Amino acid sequence: MAADVHKKKSWEVSNGLLAPADGQHVAERSESPTPGLAQGTEPGAGQEGAMFVHTRSYEDLTSSEDGGAASQSPEEGQGDQDDQIKMEQISKDFSELSTQLTGVVLDFEEEMRQSKDDKLDLSPQTSRHDSVLSGKEEEDVTMDAWRMHQKHVFVLSEAGKPVYSRYGSEEALSSTMGVMMALVSFLEAEKNAIRSIHADGYKVVFVRRSPLVLVAVARTRQSEQDIAHELLYIYYQILSLLTWTQLNHIFQQKQNYDLRRLLAGSERITDNLLDLMARDPSFLMGAARCLPMAAGVRDAVSTSLQQARAKSLVFSILLSRNQLVSLVRKKDQFLHPIDLHLLFNLISSSSSFREGEAWTPICLPKFNSCGFFHAHISYLEQDTDLCLLLVSTDREDFFTVSDCKRRFQERLKKRGVYHALREALLTPFYSVSQVGISDLRHFIYKSKSSGLFTSPEIEAPYVSEEEKERLLGLYQYLHSRAHNSSRPLKNIYFTGQNENLLAWVTSAFELYVCFSPLTTKAAAVGAVNKLMKWIRREEDHLFILMPQTY
Amino acid sequence: MALRELKVCLLGDTGVGKSSIVWRFVEDSFDPNINPTIGASFMTKTVQYQNELHKFLIWDTAGQERFRALAPMYYRGSAAAIIVYDITKEETFSTLKNWVKELRQHGPPNIVVAIAGNKCDLNDVREVMEKDAKDYADSIHAIFVETSAKNAININELFIEISRRIPLTDTNPSSSGKGFKLRRQPSVTKRSCC
Repeated sequence: MAADVHKKKSWEVSNGLLAPADGQHVAERSESPTPGLAQGTEPGAGQEGAMFVHTRSYEDLTSSEDGGAASQSPEEGQGDQDDQIKMEQISKDFSELSTQLTGVVLDFEEEMRQSKDDKLDLSPQTSRHDSVLSGKEEEDVTMDAWRMHQKHVFVLSEAGKPVYSRYGSEEALSSTMGVMMALVSFLEAEKNAIRSIHADGYKVVFVRRSPLVLVAVARTRQSEQDIAHELLYIYYQILSLLTWTQLNHIFQQKQNYDLRRLLAGSERITDNLLDLMARDPSFLMGAARCLPMAAGVRDAVSTSLQQARAKSLVFSILLSRNQLVSLVRKKDQFLHPIDLHLLFNLISSSSSFREGEAWTPICLPKFNSCGFFHAHISYLEQDTDLCLLLVSTDREDFFTVSDCKRRFQERLKKRGVYHALREALLTPFYSVSQVGISDLRHFIYKSKSSGLFTSPEIEAPYVSEEEKERLLGLYQYLHSRAHNSSRPLKNIYFTGQNENLLAWVTSAFELYVCFSPLTTKAAAVGAVNKLMKWIRREEDHLFILMPQTY
Repeated sequence: MALRELKVCLLGDTGVGKSSIVWRFVEDSFDPNINPTIGASFMTKTVQYQNELHKFLIWDTAGQERFRALAPMYYRGSAAAIIVYDITKEETFSTLKNWVKELRQHGPPNIVVAIAGNKCDLNDVREVMEKDAKDYADSIHAIFVETSAKNAININELFIEISRRIPLTDTNPSSSGKGFKLRRQPSVTKRSCC
């Protein structure tokens, strides 16, 4: 199977800093076969600094915090709390950062008092909400079909109460979740922590983020590490709805609180996130995919976006179908790719944004898990799904922000780029044949310093959804081998029955390439060099090289 | 023609059809698989009422528990509130009564309250009697109407009634009588409405 592997250099010092590498990390010039590709100089690296918090977010998730996953009682929630402190530092500038929905907390306390009297009343009400809102028929958990799912995800509270189940109703699973909690507590009593169970082709992965426990039961080829990574995304998804502060406050007040009450109606967002993670390599890459577009057009769009600013705005993001068109940020404020993915997921999960202008509180947990931002979401064009997302610190600022939208649209028209933008939106993918390498079927290239990746359209033979997911599964496999914390790899050549794949991970970029099964290793290596040259030539089309700030 | 801006917010339990009512009114469309609103959604529609143009500025709020605390932001600046319940679900009518109480306590003093019993096309599975709801509405001097966003029943009528009830002085205290022209208000005033 996998042959030709080199051990990775131990350059991977955990960069816990929230400041991005500004293209100045020339020191890390490795013995990579492409000299000059130090971080910040690889194809796709932004010329004016990055847009995102610089993290290899994958490791960022699994290493710096994974320690916390082992055993995290409320007192020793170190990972998160350390983050907290850093977060607070950044947000210091935001004097007007509007934070908690204090009202919710107040209401909540009142409700606590009430619920002592009518405890029984709560659960039937919640279940009603579920059935109204999830909009899908709940599956019977005793059926074989339920057992056959590729990946189950469960979220429960430390009291063993169900919070979320990907398939089937939470009520029907409450005893199963009780068993899960019993397993977790049993090992914790001995100061141990359960991380995973491997049996019968299944991996059962546990992630502990007090006050929640997240469990996945998977039959996929993903590594334990990758599955834990996905569970963390679910955890962040829940934080984005409630904030870390509120979540903790609730369970401090009442350990056996039924969190489904507050999360009612959000099941769809979590479901969508799980589906998206199985389809979209953005999550695996920890990066955003750019919509390919002529550099001049993109610059004009970015400038229009930059000019339509308001005092309370922190990020202005233009996207179409989970692809980034432009991102303008407040100077010195960086968005974490995970937060961007949560925003993309939110938008793609609900059709309710398609009409009118939405205004909703949202917590960006990697930016500041204690407070809410307020997001203005509106579709500018229905047919191309062009969507504008404006992130503000002030919940009372709707009309000012709404005016920014109007001004942005006016400027776009004035600059005469509307038409060119539309053209680009109508051709959101490029064909791999443009690279001009026979036997090359598909690739994913990520520039680490910009946090962006590019990838051609997935073409034949990966036509069906199953085949597409299988290809992504192969990338996931290579990715997990390359990023295995105990034995990371730099180069992998994988020979399979239906295709050959090559992975190349350096300090500056990551490249995953899929070839036809007829190619040879030597040909593949030659092709990769050609591919790198092509990406370099096209970089201003494929990436955002000139990110703007206001 | 004179233009008046009327700020209206929709309140009520989740799943009763607040967004469907707004969609029917603004777009004259209906989607049976509509997703729950997230946060709140803002839409406008201008209609002719007698010899004036009425521009409705509509805040469609999310009915879910976790957005509950945001509601004051929307009803505070509203001239009218439409509280919606589902005639096939008794509990949603109880929620409605809580909303009325909250508006009485914290809402603007002269807010026009309209009660809409939605999904009246589902008469077979009705749980709330029209008479009970009507009596309740009368007791609090609220507009009452049973609606169906699906079949476009009483939706326009609901907004027309609101047009009729909102006193002129409410939208523009400085002018009285007819024929005045209300410009887009300065943003300071605007802010207070959300």
